[in-house]
Amino acid sequence: MTSHPIPSLEVSGLAYAYPDGTQALFGVDLSIGRGERVALLGPNGAGKTTLVMHLNGILTAGHGSVHVAGLAVCADTMKEIRRRVGLVFQDPDDQLFMPTVREDVAFGPANLGMRGAKLDRRVRDALERVGMLDAIDRPPHHLSFGQRRRVAVATVLAMEPEILVLDEPSSNLDPAARRELAEILKNLDVTVLMVTHDLPYALELCERSLILSGGVIAADGPTPALLSDRDLLAAHRLELPYGFAVPAV
Amino acid sequence: MVVAAGPAVSAGHHHQLYRPGDTVVHRLPPQCKLLAAAGFAVAVVATPRESFWAFGVYALLLAAVAAAGRVPPGFVLRRMVIEVPFVLFAVAIPIIGLGERVEVLGMSLSEQGLWAAWNILAKATLGVVASILLAATTEPRMMLLGAQRLRLPQLLVQIAMFMLRYMDVIMDEMRRMRVARESRGFVARDVRQVPVLAKSAGALFIRSYERGERVHLAMLSRGYTGEMPIIRDLSASLRQWGTAGLLPGLAAVTAVLSWSLS
Repeated sequence: MTSHPIPSLEVSGLAYAYPDGTQALFGVDLSIGRGERVALLGPNGAGKTTLVMHLNGILTAGHGSVHVAGLAVCADTMKEIRRRVGLVFQDPDDQLFMPTVREDVAFGPANLGMRGAKLDRRVRDALERVGMLDAIDRPPHHLSFGQRRRVAVATVLAMEPEILVLDEPSSNLDPAARRELAEILKNLDVTVLMVTHDLPYALELCERSLILSGGVIAADGPTPALLSDRDLLAAHRLELPYGFAVPAV
Repeated sequence: MVVAAGPAVSAGHHHQLYRPGDTVVHRLPPQCKLLAAAGFAVAVVATPRESFWAFGVYALLLAAVAAAGRVPPGFVLRRMVIEVPFVLFAVAIPIIGLGERVEVLGMSLSEQGLWAAWNILAKATLGVVASILLAATTEPRMMLLGAQRLRLPQLLVQIAMFMLRYMDVIMDEMRRMRVARESRGFVARDVRQVPVLAKSAGALFIRSYERGERVHLAMLSRGYTGEMPIIRDLSASLRQWGTAGLLPGLAAVTAVLSWSLS
């Protein structure tokens, strides 16, 4: 899958320090091929969120560069970058800000200038892909948490992104909602970068994982191999849940 | 998506002021109704207070709107409680007013005060009823879309939109903070507990502010450039403008007549 000439996401030498001087990233290099599903693992404070904020230009690189499908993230390309990178935030209440699901999913494509029947089709299509078409005219705050997270995914899918970036997609979901979301994500035909602590979820959904620790990529490899390496996990404050073992391949 | 400018059917509960329905009044585009209500209020305020008959005509006009929108009188009356502070103020005027006094039921009242009280009471009541009818037949978010359509300042409309969306979220947060306080034995008994409540309010403000920042990021991520895209087609036909214009039109005629007859 990495054989595609232009990777969906290419980060090289990315370093960033917050205005107060705290250095969060110390030179991150990573490349994600089109169609790959990759998990970004790492303890709290490793710089995961900081990295994600760089992917669509909310933070701009202090040093290094980010390319999305060959396009560099900079002030001139911002509009196109934000279409290409679909960011799904951790709290769906932050993501769903419009009065109804329909208007919320339409917000992105409408900002891209889409109107009328075409917009309507795009909205319905995105909701269909996450199984939430029935909720199209409901206000987001009347949906369950799991439903809201699925609608949040739809708001981003409606922009037909090059890469879907999910921040802790399984957090606060009950087991059934967690599984339903996994099934939806597995069936999406889109490049995914999933930021998570939920190691079994990473194993289930992503063939490849990256470990971000101390502001650099500390490991990059097939998820089962990384998660089987106890010493590696322990060195980066990662742990499999009690009773969980990586199934033998 | 082209959605007819009618009441959108949404499941779940409705806003307290809104009464779902599918009448001529409900179906009118919100911008028409907003302008109609505003026009009506201007005509009422411009009417001389001595023209009792004119106020009767206004009341009849509102009754006709209520009937057309199938809004029962009880629904309107209950929501008129909001007017009570003004009523109390109006009642006080004749007692504390100056000028010539008249005897009413053994009380000496100011004649000027009586007129002023009547003026405030009649006009405020008509305005409040018109607003209640507007709110009863227009969903809050449709009202905001109408305001957007009428080119009210974008920023104000957007602030109101977010208020509508996040009211429940913030109330929920407030409730959780209260539960957290009470779980640790806090009881607000008297004034000494005010500092704790004030700190809670401050924390709530900061949480809401931070949420605002996150929402803004989410908006930027989806291409927000400062303007809300107009997603719904809310254009009103000439006929709809004509229908909505009946109320302020007839009220304006009444106001003009009241001046020429007085």
